[in-house]
Amino acid sequence: MTRRARFSLFLAGASCFAVLLVLAVLGLPGFGTTRHQYRDHAVAAAIGHGTANVVSAVNFDQRGIDTLGEESILLGSVVGAAALLRPARREQDHAPAGGGSVLEATRLAGYVVLAVTLLLGIDLIAHGHLTPGGGFQGGVVLATGLHLLYVAGRYPALARLRPLASFEVGEGLGAAAFAGLGVAGMAVAGSFLANVLPSGSFGDLLSAGSVPLLNVAVGVEVACGTVILLAKFLEQAITITGP
Amino acid sequence: MSQAVVAASLTFVLLMGTAVALSNAPERQAVTLSVLGLGLTVLFLALQAPDVALSQLGVGSAVLPLMVMLAVRKVRSIR
Amino acid sequence: MRYYAFFVAGWLLLIGCLGIVRSRNLVHAVAALSVCQSGTYVLLLAVGFQWKAVAPVFGNTLPTNTPVVDPVVQAMTLTDVVVGATVTALLLAMAVQIAKRQRTVDPDELSALEG
Repeated sequence: MTRRARFSLFLAGASCFAVLLVLAVLGLPGFGTTRHQYRDHAVAAAIGHGTANVVSAVNFDQRGIDTLGEESILLGSVVGAAALLRPARREQDHAPAGGGSVLEATRLAGYVVLAVTLLLGIDLIAHGHLTPGGGFQGGVVLATGLHLLYVAGRYPALARLRPLASFEVGEGLGAAAFAGLGVAGMAVAGSFLANVLPSGSFGDLLSAGSVPLLNVAVGVEVACGTVILLAKFLEQAITITGP
Repeated sequence: MSQAVVAASLTFVLLMGTAVALSNAPERQAVTLSVLGLGLTVLFLALQAPDVALSQLGVGSAVLPLMVMLAVRKVRSIR
Repeated sequence: MRYYAFFVAGWLLLIGCLGIVRSRNLVHAVAALSVCQSGTYVLLLAVGFQWKAVAPVFGNTLPTNTPVVDPVVQAMTLTDVVVGATVTALLLAMAVQIAKRQRTVDPDELSALEG
């Protein structure tokens, strides 16, 4: 199909879609409405289980099965991308050239901010049920924080601190822990991913039942998965040369 | 006041999204993608969604543009 | 203002699709796809928004009967953002692999199915 034909087909389809979208939006309650039935029920259920962050309660307590599906997608994508980016037989994997010149100020700033970022990531995961945060956000912060070592100029240092086999095991363990907590809920309370640990008092660190544990499992999995993805892309761009 | 903030961030996201989709070179797209991520973070904060803003900031300003740039570099070294 | 947020969401979706249709480089198409995804995030959060309501995080200082915005759509969008980035990584890995095998990433030249 030529480009012109493709473009006119797109225009026809997009205009129909735009008309349908306008008709749908005209039937909505309007931007900023006060009518949110799901919100009323979700907030009441979260407070009943002692979770201060209602979004974490919805993710890990009320709709935990959806989060299990999402993190399975994440696991599958990381496995697929890692399999696609394996070095082929014709390619050579040579050692990365260490050194290069980075300003001393950049190096110092990189090391300092690395420590702060790793602590911030752990804090986001641990307090995910109390303040905005959680396993997904904390995992991404941890993974990008580790790559500050690369910004501070030392790819060999990053490669040493990042044994890929351990990270692959870590990702699998995180996914398995999430499913294991679900099975434990089924064994104790009769339904998968039931919230069986004590709810504690509102706003404490040890509250909200099994939500903190699920946060840790997802945080470990997301961090390890993102590190593996970035490692494969960095290897392809830096150390692997073609035939 | 909050109406103005929401409207301004929506307009910014609109313009940056158009810039990303209609730009021609993927290496320029990596930078505009990062700015779009920042604009979306501000929009999500204005819409009272700090959790979503946190994940968008982490993902859209660091991980995604880095992967796009590494892919562009690899593709260019092959051709 | 009543419809502006939905208009922005629909515009982002369609302009992302236009970017994919016009694209001459697979990596460029993947970046345009992530613009489409941002359009859906804006749509979800716009549906759940309420003027003069606060974020759905209750601490010790926020009484539990304060009006908050809808947390269900925020939960959906939050996981979607992270998982969408990993799926984009998978698509980029496929683009790199296509470049290695076919020596081109122009979609118009990649029309033959190979066994």
